Amino acid sequence: MSTKKDWPLWEVFIASKRGLNHKHVGSLHAADAEMALENARDVYTRRKEGESIWVVESKFIFASNPEDNDAFFEPAKNKVYRHPTFYDLPDEVNKM
Amino acid sequence: MDEKELLNRFQAQIDAEIKIEPKDWMPDAYRQTLIRQMSQHAHSEIVGMLPEGNWVTRAPTLKRKAILLAKIQDEAGHGLYLYSATETLGISRQEMIDALHEGRAKYSSVFNYPTLNWADIGAIGWLVDGAAIMNQVALMRTSYGPYSRAMIRICKEESFHQRQGFDILYTLSRGSDEQKAMAQDALNRWWWPSMMMFGPHDSESTHSQQSTKWKIKRKSNDELRQDFVDNSVQQVKVLGLTLPDPDLKWNEERQHYDYGPIDWEEFWAVVKGRGPCNRERIAARKKAYDDGEWVREAALAYAKKKKAKEVLA
Repeated sequence: MSTKKDWPLWEVFIASKRGLNHKHVGSLHAADAEMALENARDVYTRRKEGESIWVVESKFIFASNPEDNDAFFEPAKNKVYRHPTFYDLPDEVNKM
Repeated sequence: MDEKELLNRFQAQIDAEIKIEPKDWMPDAYRQTLIRQMSQHAHSEIVGMLPEGNWVTRAPTLKRKAILLAKIQDEAGHGLYLYSATETLGISRQEMIDALHEGRAKYSSVFNYPTLNWADIGAIGWLVDGAAIMNQVALMRTSYGPYSRAMIRICKEESFHQRQGFDILYTLSRGSDEQKAMAQDALNRWWWPSMMMFGPHDSESTHSQQSTKWKIKRKSNDELRQDFVDNSVQQVKVLGLTLPDPDLKWNEERQHYDYGPIDWEEFWAVVKGRGPCNRERIAARKKAYDDGEWVREAALAYAKKKKAKEVLA
């Protein structure tokens, strides 16, 4: 194995159009934030896929653990009344 | 949960077409198979730039040159998508690059053939990229999430590659007799190496069965190869050229084209390093990497210096 060091890893988020949210598209290596931004432009937006790019060093991402999904997302599971379709209104109401 | 329970849950997830993501539990063999296949795929994109790079400075027009450059840049991008996706499995970029340079990792053998004339760039786009697309379209549905997403992105971009290749051959095939002969010569040399890109027959393929069960592979080598043959036979008619296989003929019963025997001795010789350009390709990769060493070091030193300044300010 090599002792050479990789540049830090960065996660890339792109908004495809003004007004839309930034979505994760992948990752890349770069020495610093500016280079990460330029590399992200070259790697992920060669066909005008983006209007705006965010990069963040991967080590700063704190993620939920799929092992804990059942318990972690449990609060949302049994609240069907949060959805409009739960309510059966008389037809006369028409659109609401 | 014990290993067996985890394994059952994992297989159930795959059977239900639920993607596996980096932090999910996975059997070690699944991880290792993916690392092998995905890094090999990434290396192929990177080494694949070399045969085409040969013609950048000699493209017949400025337009063709600009297009070829854009295509090669795409291949670099595809390599990067795939390296990044592979890193989510816990291997570092450096380890993958070292494995390639030290001959421990493979890449698609087709790139060990030389590009002797301009028509070869057309044949590579039409046939080599065409064969790659067959494989990659099937892999968009692969069970590992990051691999699948990389494939979707790659497939979107790759169809330009195949069309630009066909466009080169189409132009040559309507040109002078000499140009037409040049296109035919390129097809003659690239057809069989392209057929070999799908790998050994299903009956001989070592990794196939488990990979199919894990849905890493969605179509078998021979199924993909057949699709490729059926498509190519139709398209070559438009070019007014012929594929160099006297045994190609429509089989009414199978509803597919039959094709002649593949020279597996040649295939294995090239895989094992005895192709026309194996040594040249790795030497070129190593040289590019070593020549870039000072740039990588300088960029890190600059980043460090800049950070120190920020702290002081």
